[in-house]
Amino acid sequence: MSDPMRIRAQLMGDKVDVRVLVAHEMETGLRKDADGKIVPANYIQSVTATCNGKTVLSAQWGPAVSKNPTLAFKFAAAGAKIGDKVIVSWVDNKGDKRSDEAAITAAS
Amino acid sequence: MRSSFLISVGFAVILAATALPAASQSSDDTIKEIERYRAALADGNPAELWEARGEDLWKQTRGPKMASLEKCDIGLGAGIVKGAYAVLPKYFADADRVMDLETRLVHCMVNLQGFTPEQAKKDPFGGPSKKSDMEALVAYITGASRGVQMNVASNHPKEQEYYELGKKIFFHRGGPHDFSCANCHGADSQRIRLQDLPNLLKQPTAQRAYTSWPAYRVSQGELRSFQWRLFDCFRQQRFPELVFTSDASVALTMFLAKNANGGVLSAPSIKR
Repeated sequence: MSDPMRIRAQLMGDKVDVRVLVAHEMETGLRKDADGKIVPANYIQSVTATCNGKTVLSAQWGPAVSKNPTLAFKFAAAGAKIGDKVIVSWVDNKGDKRSDEAAITAAS
Repeated sequence: MRSSFLISVGFAVILAATALPAASQSSDDTIKEIERYRAALADGNPAELWEARGEDLWKQTRGPKMASLEKCDIGLGAGIVKGAYAVLPKYFADADRVMDLETRLVHCMVNLQGFTPEQAKKDPFGGPSKKSDMEALVAYITGASRGVQMNVASNHPKEQEYYELGKKIFFHRGGPHDFSCANCHGADSQRIRLQDLPNLLKQPTAQRAYTSWPAYRVSQGELRSFQWRLFDCFRQQRFPELVFTSDASVALTMFLAKNANGGVLSAPSIKR
């Protein structure tokens, strides 16, 4: 089980600014360990973010994304208000998944 | 064959000639670019992930005595986390020893939670597929002192003794390269490859260096504690392995922390 994501979502005018810190190894499958054996690939393949049931971000990731990646994006608020939840989920190539949420706050 | 060799030599000379003015341009530009890179990294510092895990570990009941660390006195009294990192290392009467943060955490894990010292010192540094609880706790505790001014005391004779010992270690030359800490960190504008090496004997640079540790190391994907920082310096010096939480490590930390007094903590920061 992986560690939770850290999510911050802030309402900025008519947009919601989202920042996500993801805890993930993001192994490329190309590295070798001290014994010369290939370290099996383990990376996130799909990321989605939803707000009020609507998908606001859908991304396909690959092994080129760094370990413990940070993801930042904005989406049009379109009715989303302070207190609404932004849910971010990922699935990796081993089928592991994780979903975390954060309430939208006022811009600081 | 011969002519192509001559041509390539000719090219190399031209290239070298054109590259020279650029190289002799003030190194300030390079430093500024590195600063810009650091600023870009700082936005979204994964150290937060360690801080969150460390906070959980701090509050969890663990060990044979099923106790949390919340009663641990790390410098400002039992259970006070905020600002505590700024007064460390410090003399603790209950242990009759000067302790840095990691040493104190080991002490609390042994005395409050009932772990053996070996268990408490297991995995001091994280690595591939091996998480370090110690580094997570360090991240949480130092993170709670962000923005606090360094204020290491040296009233107790033991604290003075450790400071002097640390100073001695800092200037001690040894190892296969006949190398001391001061060789790299005792003069201005020293550099190893692209990394600036802070002059740890001058207050402003010593403050900036000390207050930015612990830090998330992007190249390693790990949060690194100050004990790790010293451990790795010793490794690069080809010194014998610096034993985790040893008197030598605490003394050197005492020397560096005291020299950084007045600096404002920004740790855990992020480094290349």
